[in-house]
Amino acid sequence: MTVILNQSFTGISIGAVLLLIALGLTLTFGQMGVINMAHGEFIMAGAYTTYVLQKSISSAGVSLLVALPVAFLVAGAMGALLEWLLIRRLYTRPLDTLLVTWGVSLMLQQLARDVFGAPNVQTAAPDILTGNISLGGGITFANNRLFILGLALLSVLALTLILKLTPLGRRIRAVVQNRDLAEVSGIATGQVDRITFFIGSGLAGVAGVALTLVGPIGPTMGTNYIVDAFLVVVVGGIGQLKGSVITAFALGVLQAVLEYSTTVSVAKVIVLIAIVAFLQWRPQGLYTLRTRSLA
Amino acid sequence: MTTTTPTPTVVTPPSPPFLERFRAPAAFLLGAVLLLGAAPVVLSDFRLNLLAKYLCYAIVAVGVSLAWGRGGLMVLGQGVFFGLGGYAMAMHLKLTDAAATGETLPDFMQLYGTGDALPWWWKPFANPAFALAMTVLLPMAVAAVLGFLVFRRRVKGAYFAILSQALAAALSIWLIGQQATTGGTNGLTDIQGFFGYSLDDPVNQRMVYFVIAAVLLLLMIGARQLFVSRYGELLVAVRDSEERVRFLGYNPANVKLVAYVLAAGAAGLAGALFVPAVGIISPALIGIVPSIGFVIGAAVGGRASLVGAVLGAIAVAWAQSTLSDAFPAAWTYLQGLLFVVAVGFLPGGLASVGVVLRRRRTAAPTRTTGETA
Repeated sequence: MTVILNQSFTGISIGAVLLLIALGLTLTFGQMGVINMAHGEFIMAGAYTTYVLQKSISSAGVSLLVALPVAFLVAGAMGALLEWLLIRRLYTRPLDTLLVTWGVSLMLQQLARDVFGAPNVQTAAPDILTGNISLGGGITFANNRLFILGLALLSVLALTLILKLTPLGRRIRAVVQNRDLAEVSGIATGQVDRITFFIGSGLAGVAGVALTLVGPIGPTMGTNYIVDAFLVVVVGGIGQLKGSVITAFALGVLQAVLEYSTTVSVAKVIVLIAIVAFLQWRPQGLYTLRTRSLA
Repeated sequence: MTTTTPTPTVVTPPSPPFLERFRAPAAFLLGAVLLLGAAPVVLSDFRLNLLAKYLCYAIVAVGVSLAWGRGGLMVLGQGVFFGLGGYAMAMHLKLTDAAATGETLPDFMQLYGTGDALPWWWKPFANPAFALAMTVLLPMAVAAVLGFLVFRRRVKGAYFAILSQALAAALSIWLIGQQATTGGTNGLTDIQGFFGYSLDDPVNQRMVYFVIAAVLLLLMIGARQLFVSRYGELLVAVRDSEERVRFLGYNPANVKLVAYVLAAGAAGLAGALFVPAVGIISPALIGIVPSIGFVIGAAVGGRASLVGAVLGAIAVAWAQSTLSDAFPAAWTYLQGLLFVVAVGFLPGGLASVGVVLRRRRTAAPTRTTGETA
């Protein structure tokens, strides 16, 4: 029982990381159909931002709190720039964006290697996040994992509120649902695209800050997560926050439980088979945007 | 692939007379045979060996040109099929190497101690005919299963790209995890013989090169015939407007499936030939990064043009090995830039530069190129 509980908590914390990464993706993927492979490098940018800030701010707790908004802005600005430079030109060819942004991600990785060096670096976690919370009976929760879980849920909440309540959110939803109709209704879809990209990429930066708490920071750190995060978006349904939340935690727990009963590599294969099987049942993902399009 | 790009493809001239139709391909074929035949005379053994490796990538590119260029299927998981073909071949060669020294187990299995018995799924690969068949049939079977499940349910193009990437990641992670039976991260290394011929001997290396070159040319001829066939037309039609093809009574899922399975077969064959040419197959050669690498050559040369895709694959592989040794950092930037420029701004690849320029020159008065782009 204890093992199962601890293992599910591991799964939930894997899910929280996936969720943080997938949130931004589902936004940009849903909006323009863009498969942004450079999303992983925006995560890396957020992580390196934390690293740089910690060099100038000695208190680990303060630097972490400062890093969250700064990383959001840094990664967001990179995303908006990418959208402006490249992606908006590829608007009619969404599949090709995958390869173009992959090229960008290669360059960003090399840039990180040139600036920060190829070896991984590490940041110190604040004292408060290094311990465990024990619930008795051998059940323990790691504080840093709880923090990431909180951060993920907070991000979902904030994004939901923005999308549901603000005028900007209404415009974003309108563009996701029917770009042409939004355009003729007077919404500057190009501008909405850029803002969406800013928010989506910014969320990747926040995910990067969170990842510094659980692992090293390196030029290729984003690549490790990007495919898994895309799978979350695919299974959850493009542009569907609800779907991403459920899928991220479901895949996280499934992965953790399978890893416990088999091995890491076998677990990966089984999860992939499960996803393909799931798509037989719901080819458009868990939640689908109802449209009149034939595809 | 409903949202596929209107790629500027080859301009089909209005059906020239019978003889002329074969003049250009025949001239090309003659040139290719001469060039490939002259290579062993001109190049050193080391460089010939490198060329053999590039030609393997070119074989993958033939399949990429078919599935991606003609069919609009973004095949980002070709590493999976390349790997399956490569491992099937390497397993057989490892077993014969071991048998030659009187052992029953390949060297790495003795090292990592899996016990005395060969794993059951290794056993059939001792048979050369079975192993050779598997280098092509295994990739095709995997592609058929995935393709059937994905295309039948009309899973979107983007989903397909991501799923094929995930498959590449899963296979390489699985191979790494099975240290005892697959050699783990190292893969299957140090292959000595090729069906009784020692790979140390330059003469035999030259033979391997000729086999690879012949396979490449045969595949190109086959692919070209396929491109101009009724099926080739149908494939392009599915790429450009899947719905219309469906309303005409065809099943686009089957059309796409055939292209995907054939591309997988080509990649498997390339992987199998890669093993004797290079002497190693490992998870690092087939993961996500190399899988995407397989399409970049085709993208640079021109995905829809068969010759463009093949030459692009050779050129990029050559650039990679020359530049990445001398300037690793510069090569990475260049590679990224190649993706951005080739895919973003020149979707027809270098093969289309002529077409683009010609069109620009004659664009203003007559816009009768008959292209959708």
